[in-house]
Amino acid sequence: MSAGKTRDTVLELSDISVRFPSGSDWLGRPTSHVHALNGVDLDVQRGETLGIVGESGCGKSTLAQVLLGLLQPSEGLVSGAAASDESALQIVFQDPQSSLNSRMRVWRVITEPVFARQRKSTMELRRLAVELAAKVGLREETLDRYPHEFSGGQRQRIAIARALSSDPDVIVLDEPTSALDISVQAQILNLLDELQRERSLTYIFISHDISVISHMCRRVAVMYLGQIVEIGDAASLLAHPRHPYTQLLLGSVPKLEEDGLGELIEETELPSNRRLPSGCFFFDRCSFATEACRQPQQLIDGVRCCRAEELALTAAG
Amino acid sequence: MRKTVLDIDNLSLEFPVYKGTVSAVNRVSLHVQEGEIVGIVGESGSAKSVTAMTAMRLLPSESFRIRSGRITLLGQDMLALSEQKLASMRGRDVAMIFQEPLTALNPTKKVGAQMLGVIRLHTKLSEREARLHAIKLLTDMRINDAEEILERYPFELSGGMRQRILIGLAFACSPKLLIADEPTTALDVTVQKQVLQLLRQKARELNTAILFISHDLAVVSQFCDRLYVMYAGSVVETGPTREVLGAPKHPYTQALIRALPESAAPGQPLRSIRGVVPNLTDMPTGCAFRERCDSAFEACSAIPPLFSLDEDNRASACWLCEKEHAA
Amino acid sequence: MAEAQSTAKRSRFDFGYFGYQLKRSPLTMVGLIMVVLVLIVVIFAPVFATHDPNAIDLRARLAPPSMAHFFGTDEVGRDIYSRILFGGRQSIAVGFFVVFLAGLTGTVLGALSGLIGGRTDTVIMRLMDVVLSVPSLALILALAAALGPSLVNAALAIAIVRIPFYVRLVRGQALIVREMAYVKAAHTFRAGRLHILRWHILPNTLSPVIVQGTLDLGSTILLASALSFIGLGAQQPTAEWGAMVATGRNYILDQWWYSGFPGFAILFTATGFNLFGDGVRDMLDPRQKAR
Repeated sequence: MSAGKTRDTVLELSDISVRFPSGSDWLGRPTSHVHALNGVDLDVQRGETLGIVGESGCGKSTLAQVLLGLLQPSEGLVSGAAASDESALQIVFQDPQSSLNSRMRVWRVITEPVFARQRKSTMELRRLAVELAAKVGLREETLDRYPHEFSGGQRQRIAIARALSSDPDVIVLDEPTSALDISVQAQILNLLDELQRERSLTYIFISHDISVISHMCRRVAVMYLGQIVEIGDAASLLAHPRHPYTQLLLGSVPKLEEDGLGELIEETELPSNRRLPSGCFFFDRCSFATEACRQPQQLIDGVRCCRAEELALTAAG
Repeated sequence: MRKTVLDIDNLSLEFPVYKGTVSAVNRVSLHVQEGEIVGIVGESGSAKSVTAMTAMRLLPSESFRIRSGRITLLGQDMLALSEQKLASMRGRDVAMIFQEPLTALNPTKKVGAQMLGVIRLHTKLSEREARLHAIKLLTDMRINDAEEILERYPFELSGGMRQRILIGLAFACSPKLLIADEPTTALDVTVQKQVLQLLRQKARELNTAILFISHDLAVVSQFCDRLYVMYAGSVVETGPTREVLGAPKHPYTQALIRALPESAAPGQPLRSIRGVVPNLTDMPTGCAFRERCDSAFEACSAIPPLFSLDEDNRASACWLCEKEHAA
Repeated sequence: MAEAQSTAKRSRFDFGYFGYQLKRSPLTMVGLIMVVLVLIVVIFAPVFATHDPNAIDLRARLAPPSMAHFFGTDEVGRDIYSRILFGGRQSIAVGFFVVFLAGLTGTVLGALSGLIGGRTDTVIMRLMDVVLSVPSLALILALAAALGPSLVNAALAIAIVRIPFYVRLVRGQALIVREMAYVKAAHTFRAGRLHILRWHILPNTLSPVIVQGTLDLGSTILLASALSFIGLGAQQPTAEWGAMVATGRNYILDQWWYSGFPGFAILFTATGFNLFGDGVRDMLDPRQKAR
């Protein structure tokens, strides 16, 4: 990412690794580690929407926690303008049911980031809540209700309003529409789009849904087993995936126009993240693996595969 | 003409709740024929699961009231069947798989013991034969080390593996009908694809019909022969999958497909459906979709029946379609 | 079913809903009526009483129930009916005092334990284990004896023994709430521990504590009476149900009304609170809410 340096980087991760101890002997010493992130380099540009795709266990949620400062990485460094300013980062979670406290009135929920950090009069907080509610399309008279009285889509609007209340630069969207119906998903995605343009927000959009990512993001990173295996411009990456895993992932996404399911996938089990593979992490599932793939792979030119160029040539020829 | 496995005829069902009743299912008619894969798609509140659960009589009997309709499953009147007969039908003639495979397995027992228990409950196989049958079922699900898997506990296995085991088990007695309620929603896409492939392969092999419940249009589009689109407790459109999704007739189906992110042009906002799903305790008069529909007109204040569009099982519950069809 | 539930919306304090639940559970209704009856009678004791509870009338010693003395009289001629009305004040006050004290202390300790974790948690929980490891009745007896026989001390002793139950309850709840996404969200905007305690943990532990408290009222009243019965609670001449049963014991063969009526009062009150408590638990149980 040499070109990235000249742009306005709000957040930069360099060589982030996260290990969780798992299991312990009789002295309480960990017997093994879960390797959630294994050397992630990532930069986030001001005003962009960066998509992060991957399947369960790929480390995308751990990455979100590191970005938000909720988790200290075992190795590596988080830097950038947004990393030092505490109110610069906010998050919207997947499940609007558990991300809103059902014992708080909506106006309290929305303004929580503000009154959690400083004393403000009820009048001020309410005024802020009314303003934010209007922004996300909630009616003012609903502010005195409790979150469980709202539908899933409305609850996600509340969560978005809360994220906006401390006036952040970056919002991490962790599967923000995965729990919603299609028609509601469209409303929420449109709202996010509008808010981004209005407030020049930076989004980090985490999702397993390729179609949502491709609609929302300009740049996308594909994760597998705690590593970024491919990163680049969303349109070209999704149209012409270069890493074999990205190809498998995109090939598995069901499409509306298509009939049938294609050829049978044989191996779907992920390798354990307790004992990491020594070479390429995708080795066991890759149909293009050769001897060279037994060596650790580097992220070169946006793809972590030593055969990427070769494979692209064969595909073209 | 193929035999009809499941026939739901004009079913209406409500749940009594505090201050009123939830009209969950409204005049739903649907049928599944032998060996056919039929999808039910709909958003939350559309009653797609409730309809299937009622067909298996899985709802607690005191929680709901049937207002009208009949359910015939393999020639049996499901609303009148005795508990005993019901129990022997479930698992043998009709099997079910659910969204979360972990809850369907007992966490304290090994996979093998659970599979053998189910197999021997419904067949006269000996312990040894049942074990061989279980291994065959797992091997058919592309589980390579089947013998070893039998000795494992459910929590030691991945979600995809658990779902494959349950699908294998569902086919243990070659059922006539398999009801699959969002079986791949909790799975990753690469796993989902494999599970769907195995499910279909096995169903075709045993001539098992599948009633496949899902919210995911794309999955349904790839998996089902025929489908029902449900909205707020009613079937709004039905027909062969390709035709319904390729050329939807009902404004709701059209709007749903337009709202998908892949339907939007790059850089353009998505075309969401305005408004919200109607409150089922207080349904509007007439068509349930009327208040969100762009092409609603006077006739829509009366409830539209399911108009048959052609001989090919194609039908749509919209006055507009009736008008067009007549013209 | 989940689909149907989401449409049934209601506010948290909906007495209409409360009434709806009551109607579906006749036993809760019976419990509620019993509790309300006891409370009314005890609060308005001076209105309902026919005699001064401590007025001695040696001419009418051990008189059987009659129009003059509804429940008869004791060995110094005091009116048992009036003594039960006033005695109830003691018993029920003890019940509420114990539940309040144990509930409050338990909630504070449990919330701290669950929220802070680590060493604080270990110290608090081991302390509670110590209390729990001794049979509760024996501990109450020892404490009450050590503090000296009086109703307040008896109440204190019971409260101390009840604290661990609330600590465990609240700690468990705090551990659940701590993992909820809304608390993770609160961490992202750097909310302090006090904020999380005040806005997230305490509001969400309130209803289980109330349920536990309602259920405890009945057994506490029973325990306080038992302590008075063996002389470690209320002292003469204070009217108290347990103490009345105890002195009445000497006359049980000939003057059954002496210990019979106070005994029935204890039974009635404890049963009422237990039935009501069970009902409240069912109402607040999220799994029951689905119906």
